[in-house]
Amino acid sequence: MKKSKTAVKRKVVGKTKDTRGIKYFLWILPFLVLVFLFSYFPLHGWIYSFFDYKPPRSLSNCEFVGLQWFKMLFTNETQVSQLIQVMKNTFAMSILGIVTSILPVGFAIFLNEIKCKWFKTFVQTFTTLPNFISWVLVYSVAFSLFSSTGMVNGLLENMGIITEPIKFLDSDSHTYLWMLLWNTWKGLGWGAIMYLASIAGIDQEQYEAASIDGANRFQLMRHITLPALMPTFFIMLMLAISNFLNNGLDQYFVFQNSFNKEHIQVLDLYVYNIGMTGSSYSLATAISMLKSIVSVALLTVVNVVSKKTRGESIV
Amino acid sequence: MSQMKTKKKKLTATDKTFNVLNYVLFGIFTLICIYPFYYMVINTISANDLSAAGSINFLPSGLHMGNYKALLELKGLGSAALVSIGKTVIGTVLTVLSSAFLGFMFTQEKMWKRKFWYRFVIITMYFNAGLIPMFITMKNLHLTNTFWVYVIPTIVQPFNIILVKTYVESLPKALQEAAEIDGAGIFRVFYKIVLPTCTPILATVAIFSAVNQWNSYQDTLIYITEQKLYSLQYLLYTYINQASSLAAMVKNTGGAALSTAALATQQTGTSIRMTVSVIVVLPILCIYPMFQRFFVKGIMIGSVKG
Repeated sequence: MKKSKTAVKRKVVGKTKDTRGIKYFLWILPFLVLVFLFSYFPLHGWIYSFFDYKPPRSLSNCEFVGLQWFKMLFTNETQVSQLIQVMKNTFAMSILGIVTSILPVGFAIFLNEIKCKWFKTFVQTFTTLPNFISWVLVYSVAFSLFSSTGMVNGLLENMGIITEPIKFLDSDSHTYLWMLLWNTWKGLGWGAIMYLASIAGIDQEQYEAASIDGANRFQLMRHITLPALMPTFFIMLMLAISNFLNNGLDQYFVFQNSFNKEHIQVLDLYVYNIGMTGSSYSLATAISMLKSIVSVALLTVVNVVSKKTRGESIV
Repeated sequence: MSQMKTKKKKLTATDKTFNVLNYVLFGIFTLICIYPFYYMVINTISANDLSAAGSINFLPSGLHMGNYKALLELKGLGSAALVSIGKTVIGTVLTVLSSAFLGFMFTQEKMWKRKFWYRFVIITMYFNAGLIPMFITMKNLHLTNTFWVYVIPTIVQPFNIILVKTYVESLPKALQEAAEIDGAGIFRVFYKIVLPTCTPILATVAIFSAVNQWNSYQDTLIYITEQKLYSLQYLLYTYINQASSLAAMVKNTGGAALSTAALATQQTGTSIRMTVSVIVVLPILCIYPMFQRFFVKGIMIGSVKG
């Protein structure tokens, strides 16, 4: 009985097999076209970096300049000094980000030590909230609190500590630090969630066994909880390294103004500034092309490192 | 066991200090996370002259709803709200459906060159043509300055496809086989079996893409120049940068000598900026507590899958 059923099934499958494979492919074809249009096709734009592209004209009417833009990046003096400053900013922000990526680990470990359930939920809910608001809103918050008419200046003036409002936003002092602070405010609670989940997965017997052996609370945190979080931390670290040049535009664009421009321009913002608001499409394309290539290379290296050390790739 | 207890008692002093410190620090950080939202809300419902003077810091005073009513007259806000709601709803629906369908289809081993096409889609997560090439592409496709630039490029999201595919693979294969023996075609299987059983993962996908759509402003910044297609986020950004000239845009109770009552409800740059901010953040504040578990689930599955 059973045998005949499978036989029938096999027959049905066998009959329609060939056309089905193609049919399935045809059903997803429209989506593949979308992927091609918005992910692969734009790559053709890289040829703009070999031309002197002036937007209203079509590309065929523009002069082919070969590697001129790439040469200019490394030989033109003003261009070089500008690029060095931009790279400094990019490196500073990325390194600060990587250094502080240990904070969520601490956050999770210490939050785990809080035994009062409702307080824990309360903290977790509200510290993850800032992650879900846009950078424009973060900027709006920053403006409300720290602009020259904002809350902090108001308080300080009322208390008689200052007579002139302090310019927190319209100045170039401590730009890296401010950006790091906003980043931390937005991301710390959310960054800890993954580690909290890892902690929940730790075998409780380990803690009991260690306690019986006389380990105190801090030793438990140091020798059981912390090591259990390291694999996750390692993955996050690897991802952060592979995204070293991709700081993104969102945060830095909203906080950018004419005062802090020198120190806030990271690579992505610089590409936007010279490409979309400045004059040169071609130069911007050349820079973002180099950036993409370096990023893919970084990802490959990181992946190899990950495979060697953990026996597992991250992509 | 008794030994453990005595040990614990011995450490009470250190433990207590640690506990107090821990609670206080987490309490402070949580307050820092909440306070800005609270600050904006109380300022929008307080008397505007007080809030412009910066004296509303902890408690609202001179309650009124005038700021929210005034928004109705603010030029551009209505269309921006429509654009934002439109792109959030349409974008989310399209992304969820396409992720579900593609995630499911990529589990069909019979598909012609399945592995190749799967990689073709997934690998796009790891490279990026860059800002200018994207802009030129959108322009050549005649998508700039249209509503569709918000939703069409985001329809296929590789990461969501991985999530759904992993989920479908964890379902028993017999479900689909049984349905196929009963004569169900691939769409029927998708519609009747896959969609209903995948609701948990699809909810996660939906909530993430909805938040992303609502929060993004880069798409407006790069592809849109027409003001009637501005999204709320971008409009808010422009408002913040022209806060002082804003007040003139709304009808004021006008007149040379304003009474105190009028001053309290007269629009200022501050009041408009904060009221729009509250409107923009409100949807997030409302849905967030309800859907927090989906967010957490999403990041967990994501981290497992890497």
